Amino acid sequence: MSKQLAAVIGVGQTHHRAKREDLSMAGLCREAMDRALADAGMTLDEIDAIVVGKAPDLFEGVMMPELYLAESLGAAGKPLLRVHTAGSVGGSTAIVAASLVQAGVHRKVLTVAFEKQSESNAMWALSVPVPFIMPVHAGAGGYFAPHVRSYIRRSQAPTEIGAIVAAKDRTNALKNPYAHLKEAKTVEDVLASQMLWDPIRYDETCPSSDGACALVIAHEDIARGAAAPAWIHGTVMRSEPTTAAERDQVNPQAGREAAAALWKQAGITSPIDEIDAAEIYVPFSWFEPMWLENLGFAEEGSGWKLTEAGETSMTGKIPVNSSGGVLSSNPIGASGMLRFAEASLQVRGMAGEHQIDGARRALGHAYGGGSQFFSMWVVGAEPPSN
Amino acid sequence: MRDVAIVGFAQRQLQGFDGSPMCAELLVPIFSEIYEQTGWTKADVGFWCSGSSDYLAGRAFSFVSAIDTIGVLPPVNESHVEMDAAWALYEAWLKIQTGDVDTAVAFGFGKSSAGQLRRTLAMQLDPYTMTPLWPDTVSLAALQARAGLDAGLWDEKEMAAVVSRSMADAESNPNAVRSGAREVAELLAKPMFSDPLRKHDCAPVTDGAVALVLAAGDKAKEIRENPAWITGFAHNTDGLQLGTRDLTISSSAERAAQAAGGTDGVEVAELHAPFSHQELILRAALGLGDDVSINPSGGALSGNPMFAGGAIRFGEAASRIWDGSASKVLGHATSGPALQQNLVCVMEANR
Repeated sequence: MSKQLAAVIGVGQTHHRAKREDLSMAGLCREAMDRALADAGMTLDEIDAIVVGKAPDLFEGVMMPELYLAESLGAAGKPLLRVHTAGSVGGSTAIVAASLVQAGVHRKVLTVAFEKQSESNAMWALSVPVPFIMPVHAGAGGYFAPHVRSYIRRSQAPTEIGAIVAAKDRTNALKNPYAHLKEAKTVEDVLASQMLWDPIRYDETCPSSDGACALVIAHEDIARGAAAPAWIHGTVMRSEPTTAAERDQVNPQAGREAAAALWKQAGITSPIDEIDAAEIYVPFSWFEPMWLENLGFAEEGSGWKLTEAGETSMTGKIPVNSSGGVLSSNPIGASGMLRFAEASLQVRGMAGEHQIDGARRALGHAYGGGSQFFSMWVVGAEPPSN
Repeated sequence: MRDVAIVGFAQRQLQGFDGSPMCAELLVPIFSEIYEQTGWTKADVGFWCSGSSDYLAGRAFSFVSAIDTIGVLPPVNESHVEMDAAWALYEAWLKIQTGDVDTAVAFGFGKSSAGQLRRTLAMQLDPYTMTPLWPDTVSLAALQARAGLDAGLWDEKEMAAVVSRSMADAESNPNAVRSGAREVAELLAKPMFSDPLRKHDCAPVTDGAVALVLAAGDKAKEIRENPAWITGFAHNTDGLQLGTRDLTISSSAERAAQAAGGTDGVEVAELHAPFSHQELILRAALGLGDDVSINPSGGALSGNPMFAGGAIRFGEAASRIWDGSASKVLGHATSGPALQQNLVCVMEANR
């Protein structure tokens, strides 16, 4: 039996904030889930299985929280899976949910990813000393700053490229009613902000958010009757270890191979010409040009030229993160699924003020760990033809 | 559905592992063993999926270090569940069913002895109401056992009989960390540990790791004369709140068995029952009669590495197909307090 066609027929997300003190973890998930179900015109009773994703349990201080959440997520009496693949988890979780439909096991799957960072302290959770492993003691920004410096050296990019990305994404977020940070920024504003981890400035850094995202993924038979399905054209996951001399952490092989496999699955030969909107996981501004190259939208060393020329803005050749991206909302476990969800909204024509005109095919992308875990999908307004 | 079989299995169970807080290094010899069993290299594995817990390891992103044991480059198609490796096997089976890949390795690891296991697992409870009370795993299981005793569903002799049989069977399992035939009367003379549970009613705290190999169609036949073909694979969940469910039954195990196509004709069942009375609950929920051989390996009472123990049951069950001693077997895994989640895998010799 060959792969079954699947599509996203419901998308929901929370209003992301630094602290959602009005909600428990269960309430946070339900805010996103209820919106996704309403969008799909479905009730929780109709759902066959639930797939939960989030980043490390230490971020909230609950071991395997899906166990206690089972009842409030409507999973009691249903199959319940819990995915955890570091920062890429939101994307991986959507892919596992899709595979339940594509494998022919279930017909209607609800997936939810969340992080309630205000319950604990992510910096603490990431800083537990591990025997025999070199401590980072610098958070994610400190870990990635040398990669960015290396990228600038290798590509000879002008030093304000990161600020162009940050100003664009923060300004795009003004059009997204769910975004955490809503602040109009100019390139000059960003360049004037505090340097945190040279060359990454405060305004070039993602926030720490409470938030959740949910998707309803359905079998072809159901999706054909839905108002605006986002058809899944390809999904991919690739991983490599954190530390090894032969790794290129600026342009990781896992990302390049994942993209190549994804474009092949989706029948895409020239990504920049055939993808209309991209939601790329950019937690620090410079990762936009870095991932443009890693994904094959630009030749190695020239991703920054697309950014500099305004080609990643909403009216450019390859609009990137018109939602405001991770730079504007970062509930870590949900951040990847938000990219996948925003890509779906684009091809459904439901992205509201940040809709890219005529978007027919879109990319959702997530990465995690030390630039070592990648998950991606391509969704389209039409069912795949290949 | 594609024909998919379990064709490889390697495990380690240890009372106290003298190494890292994760047991990830145990995966190196385990992967060597499965390469030996299959004749494969890393390049032959289409998909990798692991199961483990950050809380057990006492750190965030603990599974990341385990990826190192696969090898560096080229990158791999890989995923991870914060669940027992039995569910990692389920995700791998899904991946094969989509047609994306034909082969997969599922693995799991955990060092239960690194902390106080029963207290660590209390962190799984509702953080706002139950966790602050620190009801630990053993005490919750004792409440469950007491509920069944009070309802007259089982008695202490039946619980001891489960232990007696398991410990006798464990004598022939080289991986068992606890074994030794004991009469029921001798067991009942032992002191209470957490009334009505005696120490032997509870799975020993065990460190360890596991890997299972899946292959589709002809790929499976190339490796084994008798692949353990998966003919039913399903899981289900109950709510966590102990006051909202009848602890003396397992509705989710019953639903999982139904979704897996029932258990008629099963000759051998490897049940993931970390407490003796839970075997009795599971036998009833899964509809396993007296003619079914239960846990010939000695079961979880002879060794239960967290996040690997369920998958080990699958491997033990598959081994009974490989050695020709059974033609239809069942593997079961559980997760969460008092049998909250249950996964059932039915395997057969003939397709």
